[in-house]
Amino acid sequence: MDVILIQALNGLAASAALFLLAAGLSLIFGVTRVVNFAHGSFAMLGAYLAWWLTSTLAPGLGGFGFWVGILFAALAVGLIAAAVEILLLRRLYGAPELFQLLATFALVLVIADLALLWYGPEQRVGPRAPGLAGGVAVPGGVVPAYDIVLMGLGPAVLGLLQLLLQRTRFGMLIRAATENRALVAAFGIDQRRLFTAVFALGSGLAGLAGALMAPRATVHLGLDLSLIVEAFVVVVIGGLGSVPGAFLGALLIGQVHAFGIVLFPSITLVVVFLVMAAVLVVRPHGLLGAPEDGGPAPGAAGGLPAAPLVPPRAADIPFWLGGIALLAAAPLLLGGFEIEVLSEVAIDALIAASLQFLTGLGGIVSFGHACYVGLGAYAVALSVKQAGFGMLAALALAPLAGLAGGAIFGALCVRLSGVYRAMLTLACAQIVYAIAHQWTDVTGGDNGILGIWPDRWAGEPARYWWLVLAIVAPALWFLRRVAHAPFGLSLRALRDSPRRAEAIGLWLYGRQWAAFALAGGAAGLAGGLLAFLKGTVFPESLGIPVSVEALAMMLLGGVNSLNGPILGAAAFRGLRVFVAAETDLWRLVLGGVLIALCLAFPEGLAGAGARLTRRLRAERGR
Amino acid sequence: MPGRRSLLKGGLAAAGLLGMPGVLRAQAAPIRLGDLNSYTTFAAFTLPYRDGLILAVEEINAAGGILGRRLELVSRDDGGQPGSAVTVANELIQRERAVMLVGTILSNIGLAVADVAARRRIPFLASEPLTDTIVWQNGNRYTFRLRPGTYVQSAMLAEEAAKLPARRWAVIAPNYEYGQSAVRAFREQLLKRRPDVSFVVEQWPALGRIEAGPTLQAVLSAQPDALFNVTFGPDLINLAREGNARGAWRNLPVVSLLTGEPEWGDPLGAEMPEGWIVTGYPYQYLDTPAHNRFRDAYQRRFNTYPRMGSVVGHATGYTVAAAITKAGNTEPDAILAAMSGLSIDTPIGPITYRRADQQSTMGTWVGRTAVRDGKGVMTDFRFGDGAAYLPPEEEARRLRPAG
Repeated sequence: MDVILIQALNGLAASAALFLLAAGLSLIFGVTRVVNFAHGSFAMLGAYLAWWLTSTLAPGLGGFGFWVGILFAALAVGLIAAAVEILLLRRLYGAPELFQLLATFALVLVIADLALLWYGPEQRVGPRAPGLAGGVAVPGGVVPAYDIVLMGLGPAVLGLLQLLLQRTRFGMLIRAATENRALVAAFGIDQRRLFTAVFALGSGLAGLAGALMAPRATVHLGLDLSLIVEAFVVVVIGGLGSVPGAFLGALLIGQVHAFGIVLFPSITLVVVFLVMAAVLVVRPHGLLGAPEDGGPAPGAAGGLPAAPLVPPRAADIPFWLGGIALLAAAPLLLGGFEIEVLSEVAIDALIAASLQFLTGLGGIVSFGHACYVGLGAYAVALSVKQAGFGMLAALALAPLAGLAGGAIFGALCVRLSGVYRAMLTLACAQIVYAIAHQWTDVTGGDNGILGIWPDRWAGEPARYWWLVLAIVAPALWFLRRVAHAPFGLSLRALRDSPRRAEAIGLWLYGRQWAAFALAGGAAGLAGGLLAFLKGTVFPESLGIPVSVEALAMMLLGGVNSLNGPILGAAAFRGLRVFVAAETDLWRLVLGGVLIALCLAFPEGLAGAGARLTRRLRAERGR
Repeated sequence: MPGRRSLLKGGLAAAGLLGMPGVLRAQAAPIRLGDLNSYTTFAAFTLPYRDGLILAVEEINAAGGILGRRLELVSRDDGGQPGSAVTVANELIQRERAVMLVGTILSNIGLAVADVAARRRIPFLASEPLTDTIVWQNGNRYTFRLRPGTYVQSAMLAEEAAKLPARRWAVIAPNYEYGQSAVRAFREQLLKRRPDVSFVVEQWPALGRIEAGPTLQAVLSAQPDALFNVTFGPDLINLAREGNARGAWRNLPVVSLLTGEPEWGDPLGAEMPEGWIVTGYPYQYLDTPAHNRFRDAYQRRFNTYPRMGSVVGHATGYTVAAAITKAGNTEPDAILAAMSGLSIDTPIGPITYRRADQQSTMGTWVGRTAVRDGKGVMTDFRFGDGAAYLPPEEEARRLRPAG
């Protein structure tokens, strides 16, 4: 009994910071619809600022100085966020939905390197809260006094936020905008100021969550990514845009952590995702979330659906064949390393294209695309190492593994929509990651599977490049073909107007399920090619960074264009590899370039390219 | 770092412009050493390594270089992921024409790079990864390892742990290969010396994601006599602080891997729990001519004290110099032959790369933690030579794949 009591208290303490973090993220999403990847980075900034301010102020001013330091840290983060919103995000609200995600991903990279430059690489330990350094005895053990303060702080902030939301004009506007943005705009409310204020408020809450961690935990450069995933889980469990939902979600996850550790000590991470998946299966909009208004599809911009795809033209065929011939001749000009990078770009293009098929055509956002890439990679690695398959036979298995994964997880995911569905795809990917990580006898655990090299005839970088080209080019052509086939047309119809499409007899779930399976198969094929390119397969191939990079490449290229994935993969991978070869500050440079590209080409590189071609054609016609 | 690198490149270009005769220029071309490590994802623990390596390279060049040629360091961030590390390794080999690869700290990245080394037939000195599979189960003839691995460090700790009266043990270890193999080795070695002990509770937090309060509570609730901790970095700090707030360390003896190394222990400052039995590097108290020389040079060059990683980086540089000097050229096979059985002096004593498993005999210190002037230090320490704790060469040879 005592154990249960004390673990429940431990869980409550952890819930407080989680709640602040999640409430901020939820408010921001509710009003601005920005999926803010940088939320964890703002929390990390709050932690660093709090460490710096409290270690400076507390020695002279005692408890007063300490709490002032915490508060100032949160305020400073809010101000920084306001600046970011005004300088960057404000310029992107007109872009296709989801595009802001690329900008916030770039922010994560930039903030990570700035924090390293400002605060140095060392881990920091904030001073204890004055008077709260010790513990309080409870039956079964001791609870830190500071934790008891945190337990009170969570509900207090919830109360204040509810007052703000229910009793003030600002709160009323937030609630109205969460429910229907267009209507608020129609009433002549200045959206720009509202969005800036909400973004600053939400990020300030993240800063406060980070600041409150400084006196009890480590302040370090990995906080950003470890916090952001947890925050999304809590928000989705609670229901997007709902502050009380975030509170419930945080309570739940805090307890899941506390008791998961007792019951399942070796799979602590995945338990959280299992719980989230279970909640979403029962309640597709989280505990307290309202069903979404349907909302615009991912490719839509300014309330308008994406422009129809341009059908393939016979006149373009020589252009494509010429391009392929040029690529095939690349080994004449480039060295072995550059050729290997080219192979990786081509594989990335297939990954991004498979994601674009799902997101751009199907309107299905996936945060867990690495799942299918990794399944393909593991299918190759296991069939080579355990069953002695040759390279081509193993490669034939890869798309089947991805397809099976897409079919299984797609069946779970089709019933959901929007960010909820995206988070469920993430949960599926994390569960597969956990299996690859824990099933050591088969997968080798995190020691991975080594020595998966191409057959001798394809061993040279140039020859493997030709193999990659010979597989990826037809695969991309096939995806393009499907996009223009009746199946692709029906997917686009279901994306832009699900009700009308269903009224003419299209089965939404069935078509989306097939899209999942097909995208999974294409990603699996890419994963198989990647395994032979790298020679090793680790659980990391199923990890969140792979999914995020796939999203970044797709968005950078342009979610509405079939050429986008190719351009996005080339730009992203090329920058990533060649900038990292020049400087350790590659995250700062890459993030900066991505932000510049976001601002310059809010419809993606391919969109900008199409605009340019249109203008050239028009000029020529005149 | 980028500044320094472009400076080196600039200098090289300038030397080329002076118009030396072709033959002479070829002879004076520097030997390029490819280094990769997690400089962004694990900056706190890898930058001291690189500083140690830079110091060694500068010393070697000041003393006339290797075989009359300058040693040039080409250093890259491995991106913290095995996939990107493979790309970086390929870049160092194919574009930068590195004659040898060194570095890495994460075990999976070490294994991935070792695999590339075997395929591209280029010698690789895995400086810092602690997984023993890199020299044993997954060993290959191109890969050598410098640091004492989990087996050696756990064995040293088990020797001390056996002297405690404790019989009921608890374990907190990060849930990946490093944690699992450390626990396996510790358990095996402790049971050999103390058949009466049992392990009553195990906690396996995910790396970097420990929920310190509930984890510690789950351990305390099982009422163990002692705790074996393998967490490090942010996890260790969170755990130590949580225990301090709960007064947990007063009655619970703790045996802890790596905590005495300044890079992991120093951030705790006065919150370093006292009396933990740890492996580490008591740089303040070492007083040998070799170490004094190293510590002073490092302090002068970088304006800070050396960490364990600095020692490893320094020894990495001198290993490369000694191997190429002994080989007489930079051909991979000659370097491999020279590395096998190679002995060098490091700031912390002589080491030998064993012929059987290509593991160095570098050792480490075992001692107890204490707080002096608001800082964690090691007291009552002794040096454990790696050679005394590694399995005999014959046994190690059998652990490696045939051929």
